[in-house]
Amino acid sequence: MTESPVSRRTPSIGKVAGPASRGAGDRTFGRVGNSLALIPFHAYVLVFLILPTLIVSVGAFTTSNGSVTLDNVRQLFTSDVFADAFVKSIQLSVATAILGAVIGGLLAWAVVRGDPNGLLRQLVVAASGVLAQFGGVMLAFGFLATFGFNALVPNLFTKTLHLNVLPDPSWLYSLAGLAVVYTYFQIPLMLIVFVPSLDGLRQEWYDASASLGGSAWSFWRHVGGPILAPSFLGALLLLFTNAFSAYATAAALISQGAPILTLQIAAQLQSEVVIGQENVGKALALAMIVVVAVVMILYAAIQRRASRWAR
Amino acid sequence: MTAPQGTSLGAAAPGGGALLSQPRPRGRGRRRRPGQLVARAIVLVVVLGYLVLPLFAMVEFSTRGDYGTRSLGSYEAILSYPNLIDGIVTSLEIAVLTVLGMLILLVPTMVWTVVRVPRMRRVVEFLCLLPLAIPAIVIVVGIGPIYQWMGQHLGAVGASPLTLALIDIILVLPYAYRAIDASLRSIDTATLADAARSLGAGWPRTILQVIVPNIRGGILSASVLAIALVLGEYTISSLLAFNTLQVVIYLLGKRDPFVSVAVSFAALVFAFVLLFVISRFAPGAVHRGQQTIEEPAA
Repeated sequence: MTESPVSRRTPSIGKVAGPASRGAGDRTFGRVGNSLALIPFHAYVLVFLILPTLIVSVGAFTTSNGSVTLDNVRQLFTSDVFADAFVKSIQLSVATAILGAVIGGLLAWAVVRGDPNGLLRQLVVAASGVLAQFGGVMLAFGFLATFGFNALVPNLFTKTLHLNVLPDPSWLYSLAGLAVVYTYFQIPLMLIVFVPSLDGLRQEWYDASASLGGSAWSFWRHVGGPILAPSFLGALLLLFTNAFSAYATAAALISQGAPILTLQIAAQLQSEVVIGQENVGKALALAMIVVVAVVMILYAAIQRRASRWAR
Repeated sequence: MTAPQGTSLGAAAPGGGALLSQPRPRGRGRRRRPGQLVARAIVLVVVLGYLVLPLFAMVEFSTRGDYGTRSLGSYEAILSYPNLIDGIVTSLEIAVLTVLGMLILLVPTMVWTVVRVPRMRRVVEFLCLLPLAIPAIVIVVGIGPIYQWMGQHLGAVGASPLTLALIDIILVLPYAYRAIDASLRSIDTATLADAARSLGAGWPRTILQVIVPNIRGGILSASVLAIALVLGEYTISSLLAFNTLQVVIYLLGKRDPFVSVAVSFAALVFAFVLLFVISRFAPGAVHRGQQTIEEPAA
């Protein structure tokens, strides 16, 4: 990662090839011109990513008519509703990240131990890609069809087994339901993120440990565990931000109120009626950026450490 | 080279990890402890079982007929909802625009950073990965005023749902960057470009006819990931009030849950087939490109 084959090679190309091999186009561009060709990309990112982020950041500190204020940010700390949503978002993200990382990590291990080019691995990886990234609303419906009213599992218990042991299906529409569905899509995300790290564990290391008389436990305790620890921690952080920024599933499941942060932001967007609070949504959005940015910086630091063993 | 990519790149791009990295080949005749086999089987059955359960429930739910019979009525009924068809068509159109826009924006830029301005490579990478750190819902909050402006000043074009492609291009940048970057690293792009240029090809021709065919695996992966992401996108289209596939599925869920579960299941299967096809064929395509280049160089 730090030194790619291409970036190592590129500077030498200029020296070896020299001016002779350069076409007319390059002379017209020149050194500054070379950077000019990147303008369309930068302009695009500026307008559709940086500008919106700036609008959020500036809006968080201004009133609707443009004067500077700290009221929006102050609301985050004084309003019980916002504080509650913030705490619940964090709790939900931490819980589902840990559950997803442990269960998904086990699944990744089980998949990697199989044939690397086998059908099982390819099926599981492709399915994980779909379930982890592209499912939001559809997965919510999947769970309604599983645990909802008149759905598969309750029907199985009440109609087929005649057991009235399940709680009322309305739990699915609450925070508990969110936790179950979030964990569901964290597992495949963990698999996708963690499989390459497990692939990095070399057969020679198992063999070396075994030939020295090590058991499976001592391998994981002294070799595999310490090597994978940074990757696991990094994945955990990634899963946290994934749950923290998720909106679609929550929007599809929760019909009453807005218990988590993303739903609060959406509610602010959809009903900007209260005079003087037009920009509270932007302050909430800024709070999200801050949390995610801190986690991503931590993640980048851990990732640098994790890549040490990956060559 | 695949392993470092996997660990350092893959993790930063959910969806780019195992989907884009290739497993390290293992020797045959690995010793296996019986305990490990049992543990592996238990994990696979329990966890995969849990992952399959809602999908199975979707099939069970969407194929319910009258009086306990099975029927495909819900799937046939998909065609009888014009809104649903509109949503599917809109999402597919956005997907096409997103793929085209992403490729036009990203491929020349990335090739250019490799060949001419390597010092900008880090900057481009950083900008491409930035959307991972900015949740979609935050982008909606900030882009709302921009879309309001577009709707007022750009007429029918500015108010069209197809403008969602503009944001979707941003959302797919991390995934697309990882996929194309992996391909660009597997070939000697700079030498290739210089060779084409010294033979008299202009830049458009160098990129389109020399570089692009050699990174087609990465381009294919990036495109498929983009299509899947657009078809599953809900947050932005719902909050900007555009009726894309996911928004229509959600609205339909309140009126006819059976049909909306049927569409959901069909869409998941469609995305799965797309990703399964790339995971099976795309790495091979990258690999072939690598061989044709490395041979003359060696």
